[in-house]
Amino acid sequence: MKNKSLVSIDDYSKEDYIEILRVAAEFEKNPVQNILEGRVVATLFFEPSTRTRLSFESAVNRLGGRVIGFTDSSSSSVSKGESLKDTILTVSNYSDLIVMRHPLEGSARYASEVATVPVINAGDGANQHPTQCLLDLYSIQKTQGTLENLKISMVGDLKYGRTVHSLIMAMSYFNPTFIFIAPDELKMPEEYKLFLDKKGIKYEEHTELAENIKDSDILYMTRVQRERFADPLEYEKVKNVYILKNKMLDGTKDNLKILHPLPRVNEINTDVDTNHKAYYFPQALNGVFTRQAIMAKILGLK
Amino acid sequence: MKEDKKLSVSAIQNGTVIDHIPAQNLFNVISILGLDQITENLVTFGTNFKSDRLGRKAIIKVSDKYFKDIEINKIALVAPTAKLNIIKDFEVVEKREVIVPSEIVGIARCMNPKCITNNEHIVTKFKVIDKNGNVALKCSYCEKITDQQHLQIIR
Ligand SMILES: [Zn+2]
Repeated sequence: MKNKSLVSIDDYSKEDYIEILRVAAEFEKNPVQNILEGRVVATLFFEPSTRTRLSFESAVNRLGGRVIGFTDSSSSSVSKGESLKDTILTVSNYSDLIVMRHPLEGSARYASEVATVPVINAGDGANQHPTQCLLDLYSIQKTQGTLENLKISMVGDLKYGRTVHSLIMAMSYFNPTFIFIAPDELKMPEEYKLFLDKKGIKYEEHTELAENIKDSDILYMTRVQRERFADPLEYEKVKNVYILKNKMLDGTKDNLKILHPLPRVNEINTDVDTNHKAYYFPQALNGVFTRQAIMAKILGLK
Repeated sequence: MKEDKKLSVSAIQNGTVIDHIPAQNLFNVISILGLDQITENLVTFGTNFKSDRLGRKAIIKVSDKYFKDIEINKIALVAPTAKLNIIKDFEVVEKREVIVPSEIVGIARCMNPKCITNNEHIVTKFKVIDKNGNVALKCSYCEKITDQQHLQIIR
């Protein structure tokens, strides 16, 4: 992993995942370590994502490093028409590591080819967001004690949701069973089901939420967004179908944990927040440990 | 050779005959091989010949030119069925087939409008994959798949 960019979740092997999770657990025990002292991490956010940026910057700060960068492209030279290549080459001179978020797909791969320092993809359009996937893995392992043989229900927008696609790829090493719960318009794409068939991984597809989560270990919720529907009437029909309410958790397994990449809109009722099965806020904290681990491994400090 | 073909596309003394090109992709083959740019060699082509396999096929003849494998394999995207006859002194001295390469650099455009390659000056790069028995391209940048139907050759 040393000096290697992290652009896509499949840039890492199963062994890499396990190693990242091991180091993340180390940081959870001991989050303040000065190993990044004297190092500069550039956070280049060509589109705003406050949550992701703060998580990375918190991780850098807790490791004693410094952050430079911008929070959206309107405040940078990009607004003057500078090419991505030129921005990346320039910032390479000023930093040891680049964390970037960009609205265009493939931008991070391109940046990693151009940059003279490693690049971490913090989201490139609808394509990849590998650190989110690794923090999801960390959250699953931490709450279940293992990644092996788990039953994972995924709910909501399974068609466009990049987090669920990445999670499927990453979890495929650990013999999971998937339950896909989505409206017909937002069903899991064929290519992912083919991938699972090829790997011999079991999955079910449903449109009903409440009755299909009873024997799950993980319930992964996502937003159903209005703009994904060609027909607004279709959205109106399903918008309230995929809302998790506390009552639905009656009779679910005791070890069940509810994950969500956040921010949520209304897909998890606030009455779920106090249930011990709600895990989406601790999940966000795990993001800091996981990003500490990823940066430390890439910079060869762990 | 059948009489009608002889009349339509005259024989060449030395060079390459590319046969079994799907007629609808003739101009893609011409542009991928840069045949519309060369000024020295004599290039003749004929199209809409009847073909049992392809329905309608096209033929290109290029005098005094022998293609490298890497050039030939570029046309796998649009004419995987093509066969090349290497001609010396009016005789076919060698027959070659198109081999589908595992990677394609340049040549094609990614069909994803939100792909970085459609927004900055970047040479496109694809892994060649199989999609339901057809050649398709997986963009090395945005990871989206461009299938035959959406394939666009970069000029
Ligand atoms: Zn692309």
